[in-house]
Amino acid sequence: MNAEVAAATAAPEKKEFWRWQENTWFDETKNWKDAKIITCGIDVGSVSSQAVLVCDGELFGYNSMRTGNNSPDSAKNALQGIMDKIGMKLEDINYVVGTGYGRVNVPFAHKAITEIACHARGANYMGGNKVRTILDMGGQDCKAIHCDDKGKVTNFLMNDKCAAGTGRGMEVISDLMQIPIAELGPRSFDVDVEPEAVSSICVVFAKSEALALLKAGYTKNKVIAAYCQAMAERVVSLLERIGVEEGFFITGGIAKNPGVVKRIEKLLGIKQLETKIDSQIAGALGAALFGYTLMQKQAAK
Amino acid sequence: MIANYGYKDGSGEYYISIDTDKCIDCAAERACLKACPQQMFEIITDDYDDEVAWVKKEKTRALAYDCAACKPAGGYTSLPCTSACTPGAIKHSW
Ligand code: SF4
Ligand code: SF4
Repeated sequence: MNAEVAAATAAPEKKEFWRWQENTWFDETKNWKDAKIITCGIDVGSVSSQAVLVCDGELFGYNSMRTGNNSPDSAKNALQGIMDKIGMKLEDINYVVGTGYGRVNVPFAHKAITEIACHARGANYMGGNKVRTILDMGGQDCKAIHCDDKGKVTNFLMNDKCAAGTGRGMEVISDLMQIPIAELGPRSFDVDVEPEAVSSICVVFAKSEALALLKAGYTKNKVIAAYCQAMAERVVSLLERIGVEEGFFITGGIAKNPGVVKRIEKLLGIKQLETKIDSQIAGALGAALFGYTLMQKQAAK
Repeated sequence: MIANYGYKDGSGEYYISIDTDKCIDCAAERACLKACPQQMFEIITDDYDDEVAWVKKEKTRALAYDCAACKPAGGYTSLPCTSACTPGAIKHSW
């Protein structure tokens, strides 16, 4: 048995290799107390939860963390995480919009909006009004969305039947390989020859398939490369169903994994639009922007 | 908006697409609701405050099975949903 197969079949270490970086950020150059309208978007996804604050239509701050066992608590904790940092209270926020699979369980939300509309709106803000095709690679589902220059959805397709091609699938591979999740992408390029994609990327079969490849002499990096390629092929086939237009943008946690992103770009022959904003907050950001528009409409009445 | 509901698996692609722009002023008086023997459709207010048809969430993962009885093998020559929807909003991928 080679050393990598032995390591992978041995009782896994307690270390949580899958644990991605939780993140809080706010714009230190601004003071939220100067804002006339403060809105909040809360995206409670199956794997991660984000709270985003928007002041007068501009991104002010966010908190991104793992979703717990209970959606209302995850929503509260995500928002508390950013409010504590900036000395804000719930009463200071004018409007809250919930999104994501747990959107109806955000206790203090004024409205719930689907993640499809919110991701399109968030991508429009993050990537600009050139964004037309959005690929959202979430924790347990994957969406292909077309939108117009205002971020309004014109066509969408969602795959939520299995976790293949999603963040959860990547977490499973990270734990199996015992490699921190943030290292998977870079390591996937550290191979002599690009391997064939694994035949099945079903999460349930991932372990046996990965072990079979290691036994066949693949290095860990080569297994990761084969898995990243399989994920890319899977989501590209989803995208092809609705077609890809110029102005391509990827949202969700997997957008931070260059091993998957660069392979998607290669398959499509198109580069994604760049942004400096964390791709994981797109849904919550879109929700907060929807809240801002609703507040403006109310004020205009 | 074209909303695609369904999935792709090893056996094929199973999507029902609804052109929701046609549902806003439905010229068929929401005929899809009565036509479908499996009650696949319902009318919702979407994110842009328009009243449109969609495929019920719990139905989207089993379209191939739920729609099987309406397909040619079930004795139909045209699908009850697409025939009833005279505005032509509903399309099946399989
Ligand atoms: S699907 Fe067809 S029948 Fe149903 S509401 Fe839309 S336009 Fe009307
Ligand atoms: S094919 Fe039959 S079961 Fe399927 S949506 Fe149409 S009417 Fe309903």
